[in-house]
Amino acid sequence: MSDPANPVLRLEALRKSYNPGLPNEIEVLHGINLSIGRTDFAALIGPSGSGKSTLLNLIGLLDTPSSGELYLLGQATSGMDDAGRTALRGHAIGFVFQFHHLIQAFTALDNVLMPLMLAHGKPDKAALQRARELLAGVGLEKFAASKPNQLSGGQQQRVAIARALITEPALLLADEPTGNLDTQTASEVFELFRHFNRERGCAVLLVTHDPRLSATCDRTINLVDGQITDYAAAPGSFN
Amino acid sequence: MRSLWIEWTLAAGFLREGRTQSLMITVGVAVGVAVIVFISALIQGLQANIIERTLGTQAHIRLLSPDETNVLLPVPSGTVHLVQEDQRAQRLRSINNWQQIIATLDQQPLLTAVSPVVSGPAFVRRGEALESVALVGIDPDRYLRIIPLARYLVSGQLRVGAGDALVGTILAADLGVRAGSKLRLDTGQQNSTVVNIAGIFELGVRELDARYVYLDLKQAQSLLELPGGVTVIDLTVTDIFAADTLAAQIERLTSLNAESWIETNAQLMNALTAQSLSTNMIMVFVAISVAFGIASVLSVSVVQRTREIGILRATGATRQQILRVFLIQGALVSLLGSNAGIAISYGLVWAFNTFGPGLFYIPVPPILVLLAILLATGTGVLAAAVPSRRAAGLDPVVAIRYV
Repeated sequence: MSDPANPVLRLEALRKSYNPGLPNEIEVLHGINLSIGRTDFAALIGPSGSGKSTLLNLIGLLDTPSSGELYLLGQATSGMDDAGRTALRGHAIGFVFQFHHLIQAFTALDNVLMPLMLAHGKPDKAALQRARELLAGVGLEKFAASKPNQLSGGQQQRVAIARALITEPALLLADEPTGNLDTQTASEVFELFRHFNRERGCAVLLVTHDPRLSATCDRTINLVDGQITDYAAAPGSFN
Repeated sequence: MRSLWIEWTLAAGFLREGRTQSLMITVGVAVGVAVIVFISALIQGLQANIIERTLGTQAHIRLLSPDETNVLLPVPSGTVHLVQEDQRAQRLRSINNWQQIIATLDQQPLLTAVSPVVSGPAFVRRGEALESVALVGIDPDRYLRIIPLARYLVSGQLRVGAGDALVGTILAADLGVRAGSKLRLDTGQQNSTVVNIAGIFELGVRELDARYVYLDLKQAQSLLELPGGVTVIDLTVTDIFAADTLAAQIERLTSLNAESWIETNAQLMNALTAQSLSTNMIMVFVAISVAFGIASVLSVSVVQRTREIGILRATGATRQQILRVFLIQGALVSLLGSNAGIAISYGLVWAFNTFGPGLFYIPVPPILVLLAILLATGTGVLAAAVPSRRAAGLDPVVAIRYV
């Protein structure tokens, strides 16, 4: 499914250390090489402290690598300033966090629209239409006017997924998106990722601890002690 | 430039959500602004009233002949000259060349009125009663621009022509006269005349009401044996607080002694200055405490919203946008608060004017209102700067994980 010549994301010898230059310098990622294709559905797995979240933050341009290069949609990102990174992140990447993370003061619809509003100001009719479609897509068309505190955890996470997709990102990043949900809701949310990966053709990279979920992914990327130990290209190869 | 719609929307949303906090700080700003506006209006009203009362009965600048001094013979150089002199008694005498001086002063744009006056001592007699008074000979057209006697007239007519005089209420009471009565004026120079009391005035200053007798310039000149002369030139100026500098200029121009009201009322000026200073201090400290209030509430809000700030950053908000969201919150809170404060201060002023002691009226100048709103909003934005910078500087990675 993936096109190796034109990946959505490519990491070359990516390293990340904390406290660089100090005696307590810690290198968390030791030269990561990784490529994610345009339609990949990949799971990033590994024990706690292996650097999964650090890697996800780097990929999401929320954090900067100590060395190495990160290509997003073919663009090198090392020389970019905060505004450039924010702009690229805004249109290339959708984020889903473990804790739904909605803005409490705004309705579900406004939360879905937030990335567009931050980039372009007041939403137009087309944007509103798309936000309603996405809410319908996650089964929440009736809750457009609800505030986050009126929604269940699973519903909030589905709003967050709709928000991540509003900019039609090329890559959807999810940091333990189901970690906070019960099994039934978790698999529903997981199915949504699957659905959008197939329907909209956006690459998905999700961090998970749940082996049952990662087993259903097309790829698993195993990160141990800041290094990728093996690729599993086919479902079921993780045991 | 892209509009700030989303920043305003987020700021308003955050303020709405933190309703109690927003309300408290808005009330804080309102109280501060109300205090500032009310005190300013009160003090301005009070000072304007005091100045008006003081200047209502005196000229802003008085020009007098320089004192006569002893002229000493020059001594050969190298000689020590010991002198024991008595200062000369200052006789009543006319300002030299006063017509020309008045013609010159009439051309000065900073002077609003120029009035030649002849004044000197006299006695009034009625029956057995004898009172010492000050004769004031005036040119009514010019003098009324200095002191609006018409406003102070309590009975009779404002008329000083041939044989007519105006006296104060206290003098009238002491002598038992009223408008239409006759008085004998005696200047002690074998000169006396009987005048008709045309009107009685009350300037509100005891000394003046007991001693002033207004006459026509010519009649006073002849009574005081200063035919064609004047002893004082009264002036009013456009800017009363510049009266002393203007007095110094006129002194150089005319080589007469110029006394400004600021000099003669030095005590009053001191009191007014001290009062203004303490008012300004109060205002500055109120403004500072309001600023700290805004800053601390917004700082708490930034901490509370750390995670939401992280999400906003992750979903495409720039540092600048986050900065503006919090600056706008500061501006909104202080704008709302200052408007409420203005309303409160109007209420206070109204209550003061309606139920207060009624000694004077407080106006609320629109410029003060505008200034208070601008000042409060500026202070709000400034106070919001520190927490806003903190919010904008948050690392999104850390902020998102903040619990």
